Order: sequence, then C-alpha cells, then structure tokens
Amino acid sequence: MSAEEWRIVWFSAWVSALSTLIILPPGVALAWLLARHEWRGKSLVETFVSLPLVMPPVATGLILLKLLGRRGPIGGFLHDTLNLDIVFTWRGVLVALGVMSFPLLVRSTRVAFEEVNPRLEQIARTLGASNARVFLTVTLPLALRGLMGGMILAFARALGEFGATIMVAGNIPGQTSTLSLAIYQSVQLGQDTDAFRLLGVSVALAFIAVWTSEILLRRKRRAL
Amino acid sequence: MNLRLERIVLPLADFPLELDATITSQVTAICGPSGAGKTSLLDLLAGLRRPRSAFIQLDDRVLTDTATGRQVPPQGRRIGYVPQDLALFPHLSVRRNLLYGHQPGNGTGEGGLFSYAHVTGVLEIQALGDRGVTHLSGGEKQRVALARALLTAPQLLLLDEPMANLDRALKQRILPYFIRIRDEFRVPILYVTHDPDEIRPLCEEVLMLERGKIVQPIR
Repeated sequence: MSAEEWRIVWFSAWVSALSTLIILPPGVALAWLLARHEWRGKSLVETFVSLPLVMPPVATGLILLKLLGRRGPIGGFLHDTLNLDIVFTWRGVLVALGVMSFPLLVRSTRVAFEEVNPRLEQIARTLGASNARVFLTVTLPLALRGLMGGMILAFARALGEFGATIMVAGNIPGQTSTLSLAIYQSVQLGQDTDAFRLLGVSVALAFIAVWTSEILLRRKRRAL
Repeated sequence: MNLRLERIVLPLADFPLELDATITSQVTAICGPSGAGKTSLLDLLAGLRRPRSAFIQLDDRVLTDTATGRQVPPQGRRIGYVPQDLALFPHLSVRRNLLYGHQPGNGTGEGGLFSYAHVTGVLEIQALGDRGVTHLSGGEKQRVALARALLTAPQLLLLDEPMANLDRALKQRILPYFIRIRDEFRVPILYVTHDPDEIRPLCEEVLMLERGKIVQPIR
C-alpha cells in the first residue's frame, strides 16, 4: 500500500472513531430520555432523529451543506465568529459521519435501556442512591452490551458512509478523502487493484472493530 | 412505630387506592386478593409513586404531603423495600449487592446492630460474599435481599409477598429469619401477602385490602 493509501485508511479510522465518541454523550442521554420518560414532543424528536436513517444520505448531505456552508445559518456564524470552516474540510467529514450514525447509536442504546428492569432502578433508589448513582451503577452497566453494540454499529456506519460525506466534504485528496470515497474513485478511474486493496483494509477494520467488542463483552461477562 | 396514612388517593388501573389508617404495630400484615392495590401501597410508601392526594407521616417525619407539595424522594426516606421479585442487582456480587445502600452512621458501624457482620450473621449469609447473585438458591436470594434492605438501617421495612415463590418446606425454614429480624433489629415491618395464615406467628395486626380499600381491620 502506498503512503497515500495508508493516510486514507488512518484518516477514515480516526474520524469514524472520533465521530462515534462525539455523538456518544448526546446519544446516550437522548436514548435514556426516550426509554425512561414521557414528554411532550417525544414522538417528533424520535422521528427527527431517525430521519437520516431513512432519507437518502445525499439528501441529508445536501441539508448539512446548506446549513454548514459559509452562507448557511450555522456555517456562516462559525466562519464569522470563530473563523471556522466546516464544509470541504475534515470537520465536514466528522459532522456528516456523526449525523448519519447518530440514529443507529440512539436506537440500540434505547432498546438496551428499555431492557433494564425499572424495578432494579427503583429499589436502588430506596437503598439511598441518587439518580446519577442509579444510572452509573445500575442502568449503564446492565445496558452496556447494547450500548457497545450501538457504538460498533455507529462506527461501522461512519466507516462506510458515502453520500452525505461527498456532499459536505467533497473528495479532496489528502484532506477529506475517506476509504469509501477512495474505493469509489479508484473504480471510477479503472484502478481495480487499488480498489481491492482498500476493500481488504475495510474488511479488516470492520473485523477488528466487531471482534474487539466481542472480546471486551466476554471479559466483562466473565468478571461477573 | 407510628405510621399515619391520611386521605390517600392513588388512581390505579380499575379503581383508586383510597385509605386512612394509622399503623402502630411492629409487624403489620396487609392481606388481600391479587390486584387489590397492595404493591401500589408499598410503592407509595417507598416514594416510588406519586399519589393524587396523601399525607404520610412516619414517626416525626412527614414523607408525603400533597397539600404542601412535600414529597421526600425514595433515597431520602430510609424505608427498606424488598419487592416480590427481590430486584437483586444481577451484575454485582452478593457482597456488592449487600453494601449498595450501606453507609456509615445509625448503627451500621463495626459492632453495630446494622453492621455488615451482624446482619449477615443473623441471616446466615456470611459465606456467600463473593458469589454472583444469579447462582444463589431461592432461600439464599431471599435472605440476601432482606439483608441488603436491613444494611441501610431502615426505619421501616416493606416486604412484598416475600414467601410467595417459595415451597412449603422452604417457607418453614425462612419464617424464623423474619422472626429474628423482628426481635433482633426491632424494625417495624409491613408485610404484604395474599395468604394471612403464612404469617400468623409473625404479626400482631392484619389489614384486609380489597379493591383499594381497607375492608376489615382484624387484630
């Protein structure tokens, strides 16, 4: 593999991991709110969050492009106040991956929270635990398997993201080129061997991610 | 103990729980057919459900008063609750289950009435410490759940059908532990059951609950 290919692989892996880590706190918080509470507008929020899962990724990408571009409401603000550009930079890739994988994280985590017996949380409170302690010592550990599954799904989704990324970040060699974009480009240019090499790396990355999570979970179970 | 329950109204699925009562016995049985509102009453006392109307006072502490908006959260009530399914934490060892609500003070220190050594000694579960709770027998789980609640040094113990899932032989073996809890720790107990015969040797007062109302207090 060439240095450029290694760079693409490395960029894809860390930007996917970073986007998963960034959406983790809001994703877990939202999943918990959806699983454990009834509130006004809940179904609206649920639908809104799931939209990127159902819409064509390119359409989601177009919305992000319009919002985050220099003339867009968010992008314009960031450019004027912080001199920060999102679109056609690695930050654009990060945002696209985060938005696209958010619904997957929220959905699996929500199911994981719903499977925790609420009686355990209630009894923990009668034993004197604050709400935060109940969450950290009962809810979260019991939902951990589902949460990890959600993180793997989100990471995998990010690694394979194409449509939204190409809209928001383009495919700028050395800047925003990800594995998926590079594979597509190689095939377009008729460089099939390059495409296959990158394909092999994609398989390896996916394998490592899923396998690591399985091993972690197995250790966790054995420790019980 | 003096537990005052006044103008309690808690809507349930088919009928409301409505009662006024003052409970002073050390062990009180709350009997009634399933669906009579027994568990809902315990949930209400533990602070897990919000009533439409209620004034609940345990000794000198007002726990719930809808007239003033007072609602002490479950973690501030010092009421031990052993639910029917026991709710042992499946991801924690016996020891960590037991110590979950165990905090310094109120006789929980070394040599104290509610110390780890004393409580596990009375309930004969000292040897279970490092095991996972999922591998315990029915009787052992029962005692661990009781011990966990006692280790918080509660001012009132709520037991929901604690022997419902045990066979006759096991009931005979577990009952003495309840008597020891009554006599050694002197914690007032509300004991919910659908079978009053089960606890004749244990309690002084029986409240019959039917469709959310007390129908006949028997002594």
